[in-house]
Amino acid sequence: MDTGLVFFLIQVLNGVQLGLLLFLVASGLTLIFGIMGIINLAHGSFYMLGAYLAFSLAELCGSFWLSLLIAVPLTVLIGLALEAALFRLLYTRDHLYQVLLTYGLILVFEELRSLIFGDDVHGVAVPGFLEASIPLTDTLSYPVYRLFMSAVCLAIAGGLALLIRRTRLGMTIRAGAVNREMVQSLGIDIGLVYRFVFALGVALAAFAGMIAAPVASVFPGMGNQILIVSFVVVVIGGIGSIKGAFLGALLIGLADTFGQVYAPAIAGMTVYVLMAAVLLWRPAGLFGRAGS
Amino acid sequence: MTRRTRKPSRRAVLAGLGASLGAGAAASFLPARIAIGQPAKIKLGLMLPYTGTYAALGKNIDEALRLAIAEAGGKLGGREVEYVVLDDESEPAKGAENANKLVARDKVDFLIGTVHSGVAMAMVKVATDNDTMLLIPNAGVDAATGAACAPNIFRTSFSNWQPGFAMGKVAAARGQKRALAVSWDYAAGHESINGFKEGFASGGGKVETELVLPFPQVEFQAILTQIAAIKPEVVYTFFAGGGAVKFVKDYAAAGLKATVPLVGAGFLTDGTLEAQGEAAQGLETTLHYADGLDLPKDKSFRAAFRKAAGRDADVYAVQGYDTGQLLAAGLAAVKGDTGARQALVAAMEKAEIDSPRGKFTLSKAHNPVQDLYLRRVERLENKVVSVAVKALADPARGCKMA
Repeated sequence: MDTGLVFFLIQVLNGVQLGLLLFLVASGLTLIFGIMGIINLAHGSFYMLGAYLAFSLAELCGSFWLSLLIAVPLTVLIGLALEAALFRLLYTRDHLYQVLLTYGLILVFEELRSLIFGDDVHGVAVPGFLEASIPLTDTLSYPVYRLFMSAVCLAIAGGLALLIRRTRLGMTIRAGAVNREMVQSLGIDIGLVYRFVFALGVALAAFAGMIAAPVASVFPGMGNQILIVSFVVVVIGGIGSIKGAFLGALLIGLADTFGQVYAPAIAGMTVYVLMAAVLLWRPAGLFGRAGS
Repeated sequence: MTRRTRKPSRRAVLAGLGASLGAGAAASFLPARIAIGQPAKIKLGLMLPYTGTYAALGKNIDEALRLAIAEAGGKLGGREVEYVVLDDESEPAKGAENANKLVARDKVDFLIGTVHSGVAMAMVKVATDNDTMLLIPNAGVDAATGAACAPNIFRTSFSNWQPGFAMGKVAAARGQKRALAVSWDYAAGHESINGFKEGFASGGGKVETELVLPFPQVEFQAILTQIAAIKPEVVYTFFAGGGAVKFVKDYAAAGLKATVPLVGAGFLTDGTLEAQGEAAQGLETTLHYADGLDLPKDKSFRAAFRKAAGRDADVYAVQGYDTGQLLAAGLAAVKGDTGARQALVAAMEKAEIDSPRGKFTLSKAHNPVQDLYLRRVERLENKVVSVAVKALADPARGCKMA
């Protein structure tokens, strides 16, 4: 088999895997942004929260899966608490207030992280049976855990699509995004819907942090990098569109990977160049609603 | 209904103004220090990262520096010490502003910092513009004791070139000829790789490919795939902190550890071994410090640091400690007279520091001339294997003093 082709395909695999993880983080952001109209800068902090929870709980109970089982409901609760305490104030406010509040949250979370977990870099062990690597060539193997991660991201993508398109709740969410007042006057408690969406968004970001923890490392400031790329994904895909976030994330993953290989000098820019190109072609993003 | 608020009369206003001005004038005659007869404290301006990615390093440097001064009796040259602490957040954009705060507003006698090379270069500029003494306890940017060297600038850590050159020599001695280098696309990465290139070339070897990615990205899969395609004899890398953890783990997970030897500057495995786990075992790195050094000073320092800080010392703590020792040596020679600049600089230049890393002196460019150790990872330690290069001095290219 032609080595050139093999390595090209492996790079495609790398790009897709990166994109799928990005989707997981960005999906929460696009939900909160699109459905609730809130710009949540603290989204990266939720990702960090998930990673640190996975790290500390895995240390405590010794099992990665157990820590996931405990951490997910925990982050949902934290999400609900934050919504009730802070985010509820933002629904009718201008975007600037949202930016200010959520930026403040980033700072608070960073300090809390420093106080509770310290400033060292940590790692989370890959759970036992997923530790293997599949040899692809005589020098390169592909970690099974990354394949597992991609599978999980795909499953969640499917689940989200099902939720939004095929369930009553999804219908309510979509309606609430288009016309909040109308939904309320139909007797549906839109506040409850928003609470659910917000908790879901937080849980998605935190879960992404959790399953990425074994292959990423857990360190201070890890949320900031992924936050910026997530916003790019959301903007490219169209605000509020899960389908858009999925496609946008895959595009970014591939662009980033191939940018590094073929144009390393400008690799840092490829993502933003891509965003500019998409916006020139489709100002509302790939699947965005124009004027929303 | 109209409310008549009584506006203060002109007389009252003038009287009040006069009184406050008078009080202010009187106050300025009060001595800044009420204690009569005591010499002013030496102000040390510590500009280090206390938050962010490098926070652990900043804190270690800070505590080890204070430990060194405490061991010297809590005084430098007979004078008490006052610390002014500033968190630079490893933010190069704010570096100049922060350094100016310490120099112009707080009027520190010594500017000490920092970890991040970008911030350090801003501090170098401020120190040069204001002729303030600057001691660098970590940032390895070559220029600080190279093109931007100055009599008032000292470094007690290393230059990025040193560990790279040492590892290049090691690889060359092994007869390796084809190497690949990986790092972030920033000054420290390039300088480290250039050092390796020079050392490697001494044995006729060549760094065929340099793969860099934007700082601080940590997605290495694309690069690992490229390394597997190129199949070099050895891969040299410079990463630190979170990036180092991820790179080592990803390298092992991609099966490359078994097929393509990985070597690097010591920061690849310093402070990261717990997080890296099995993936780091057996990795070889070069650095000016190691675990298992059979030196009495190292043993006593480690015990003292553990007692003072409650955690183990690392290379950053050693560097902070030696900064304190250098200050003590210099100020003892001038008996605390921070105004005697020439004598102070001369004393510091001649100092032989009894460091936990081994004794070292300073080059003409004010960078340590020190032994570079080859280390191998054994469980949770970077065990010293041998001295890769003895008494290695940075070439200080572009320095007018060297």
